[in-house]
Amino acid sequence: MRFLLLFSRQGKLRLQKWFTSMSDREKKKIIRDMTTMVLARQARSCNFLQWKDLKIIYKRYASLYFCLAVESQENELLALEIIHRYVELLDKYFGNVCELDIIFNFEKAYFILDEFLMGGEIQETSKQIVNRSIEASDMLQEVRFTDSPCVRREAGF
Amino acid sequence: MPAPIRLRELIRTIRTARTQAEEREMIQKECAAIRSSFREEDNTYRCRNVAKLLYMHMLGYPAHFGQLECLKLIASQKFTDKRIGYLGAMLLLDERQDVHLLMTNCIKNDLNHSTQYVQGLALCTLGCMGSSEMCRDLAGEVEKLLKTSNSYLRKKAALCAVHVIRKVPELMEMFLPATKNLLSEKNHGVLHTSVVLLTEMCERSPDMLAHFRKLVPQLVRILKNLIMSGYSPEHDVSGISDPFLQVRILRLLRILGKGDDDSSEAMNDILAQVATNTETSKNVGNAILYETVLTIMDIKSESGLRVLAINILGRFLLNNDKNIRYVALTSLLKTVQTDHNAVQRHRSTIVDCLKDLDVSIKRRAMELSFALVNGNNIRGMMKELLYFLDSCDPEFKADCASGVFLAAEKYAPSKRWHIDTIMRVLTTAGSYVRDDSVPNLIQLITNSVEMHAYTVQRLYKALLDDISQQPLVQVASWCIGEYGDLLVSGQCEEEEPIQVTEDEVLDVLEGLLVSNLSTPVTRGYALTAIMKLSTRFTSVNRIKKVVSIYGSSIDVELQQRAVEYNALFKKYDHMRPALLERMPIMEKTASNGPTEIVQTNGETEPSVVEAKHPPPVTQPTNQANDLLDLLGGNDVVPVIQNTVSTKPASAGGELLDLLGDLSLSGGTSPAPAPSVPTSQPSFFLDGLTSQPLFNDIAAAGIPPMTAYNKNGLKIDFTFERANPNPNIAVITIHASNSTEADMTDFVFQAAVPKTFQLQLLSPSSNVVPALNQGTVTQVIRVLNPQKQQLRMRIKLTYTHKGSAVQDLAEVNNFPPQSWQ
Repeated sequence: MRFLLLFSRQGKLRLQKWFTSMSDREKKKIIRDMTTMVLARQARSCNFLQWKDLKIIYKRYASLYFCLAVESQENELLALEIIHRYVELLDKYFGNVCELDIIFNFEKAYFILDEFLMGGEIQETSKQIVNRSIEASDMLQEVRFTDSPCVRREAGF
Repeated sequence: MPAPIRLRELIRTIRTARTQAEEREMIQKECAAIRSSFREEDNTYRCRNVAKLLYMHMLGYPAHFGQLECLKLIASQKFTDKRIGYLGAMLLLDERQDVHLLMTNCIKNDLNHSTQYVQGLALCTLGCMGSSEMCRDLAGEVEKLLKTSNSYLRKKAALCAVHVIRKVPELMEMFLPATKNLLSEKNHGVLHTSVVLLTEMCERSPDMLAHFRKLVPQLVRILKNLIMSGYSPEHDVSGISDPFLQVRILRLLRILGKGDDDSSEAMNDILAQVATNTETSKNVGNAILYETVLTIMDIKSESGLRVLAINILGRFLLNNDKNIRYVALTSLLKTVQTDHNAVQRHRSTIVDCLKDLDVSIKRRAMELSFALVNGNNIRGMMKELLYFLDSCDPEFKADCASGVFLAAEKYAPSKRWHIDTIMRVLTTAGSYVRDDSVPNLIQLITNSVEMHAYTVQRLYKALLDDISQQPLVQVASWCIGEYGDLLVSGQCEEEEPIQVTEDEVLDVLEGLLVSNLSTPVTRGYALTAIMKLSTRFTSVNRIKKVVSIYGSSIDVELQQRAVEYNALFKKYDHMRPALLERMPIMEKTASNGPTEIVQTNGETEPSVVEAKHPPPVTQPTNQANDLLDLLGGNDVVPVIQNTVSTKPASAGGELLDLLGDLSLSGGTSPAPAPSVPTSQPSFFLDGLTSQPLFNDIAAAGIPPMTAYNKNGLKIDFTFERANPNPNIAVITIHASNSTEADMTDFVFQAAVPKTFQLQLLSPSSNVVPALNQGTVTQVIRVLNPQKQQLRMRIKLTYTHKGSAVQDLAEVNNFPPQSWQ
């Protein structure tokens, strides 16, 4: 995996994870290219695109586009499953996750991602284990959150 | 100083901004506050401030002033601080910032922290963005953690090791011992990351690959357990147990089995099992099947298994899910070369995919369809592909047209079919056809002699309909110019002949000249065609008028042609019939579909109808129409020829073509009938590239000489007598380079004394390859009417090893035969 981007229907970036080192300018260009390409796609097209030497897999969940770039030897159908797994993890954590959750709690979205993927590869295939790790880490935070989802959204730093 | 505002508060505020300017203002204000807070070295709120900075960074604003603060957070004892600090490091600090190395010590400490979640943070950061220096420093720590029994840490250490190996491949060896019992783990996380680590090592080192082959049985066992075991709530995805791990194992098996008979055999059974037992109703099952197919195709699997794999792909093609169809087409494209027959069985499904609405699928289907065309299915396939060409998006048309031409050329069942197909492409996608296919088509048409009447008639009709598609118009005008007589004669065997008058034809061609739709190139074609018709039609006056009008055209190209044609009418009318005669059959060289205009090289491949082609002798005989002579005003005596030699195969419809075949109808032979051309000598003209027209003749036995030999650059001159006109010497220079570096931008210039005239033609190339691997040739024609001793001054410029070189030299050692 080379990078993972989340952006809204209007093209606003909500999360960016880069798995290789790139300059800021290159990153900005890629973000621009991805958002333009993906947002231009027709409703019922397939979820795969070819871009330079990479395969782009994208999927829309409600108002958010999840966009993943993989190398040519990787399995696109599995990439769809990876995206779906991440969404499930977010959903379990936030309880019926929506875009606003990710906007207001972007740092948590990153924490969850970092328990699921590392260096562009999957580190844990069990949903429960990822969730337990996140919860345990949350408990360690000196500024704690309660279990209630709405409080999760508001409290914190 | 009041506490800095909370992160969520800031987010809420920024989202209320209605314009970009308003947002920028808010951001700037907040950044200022954050900066002063950083200056005060405020520990309490550092975390909050950096978090806000990260938010603003995501919106696209600069956040580099927070880099050092991230480092301070990482060094803090508080977990909240570390969490945000490491996140900030991953987002703001990468190996390009010098500052990042300061992290190394913190990470080292955290890798040995008592809390596994802190260790996890450190491993994660190192594994995501660690630079080579950091990896070198910390590889030992990672290796230690790879051996821990804590599965939470072990899986992260494995992926961190993968990153270290990617950054510093030499360190791979040190992780080898730790991999010993990685696969005996029960924990899926560790198993998965271990397989990733093993894959990375095998991909990078053939030695490792050989070493790990012994793991194949163990991998097969693990995979088998995954498939056979019952429901496992922890790893289940739609009824399949840990698909991520299954796919990863299949991928590793692929690498291990490739090229190795034993390993491939050991995995045959499990692959067959996965291929037949996996549930295909959901995407996840198909993902596993897809990976299985890829593995089967790559290893040395038995043929039954391969057929199974292709059939799976065939089933994929029928799946409702577009993604699966797309993936199937991509995979079939990869296998079509090796398992051609198996893929052929699915041809009709593939062709159906041409009608899919999805652009990605259409493209794949088109590529695959072209790969499947062969002599047996050409008619059916072409029908589908032409239909596709009609209706597809413009982005496909160029590629599709090229593909059709290529396929037609290879497998055309008959000439008529071939020409019909070409016509169809030109009329439906004529403006998308590549420019260089025009000469190819013209060559094809010329060679199908019995179809000339039919072809010109169809092209004429097409022109009546539509003159906007330039390639079509160009081919049509060329044909009308050549075969206009057949057109008006009303004979056509293949279809109902049409009644056309000479005036109507000229109307059409003149229409092309004046139309805004015609490009300059097209106009050139049209003018030349009109000129050619002057020997085929009777209404010469009209043609004369048209030609003279264009003598003052603004377009230099057209003007030049018109002026020359005028000259033909006025001063050289006796030569006109010969000049404008029917073109001979052109030799074909490489038939690779749309290629550059190819130069023939004297190979006489007999084509359809021919007169004898005597061996390429080179007694150059008639020079009746030597351009040089025309300008020089020498009177030339036409000589009967009977030789043939090489012909320039350009059918670009330029001046070149027109004078490309010169026959000599001197006294006795009547103007040749417009059918089978007799052999023609070819002719040397301005603008022709370095095709040596006449093979090296030793007609006069002039010995070659070395004109220049310095600094590794050697220039030899070889001589030919171009014609019985002893005043013209044709010299071919051969430049070769014995140094180790190429000489690029090579330019050869020559000057001669005033009594001579020099004509320098284009060189074969401007790169003289190193170590005598090739030569650059260029032709010089020297007119020496006063028979003076030939002398020449040459200037050479080229770039060698990065610096420009220039040299002047005198050439005085011409052999006497060259100018006497």
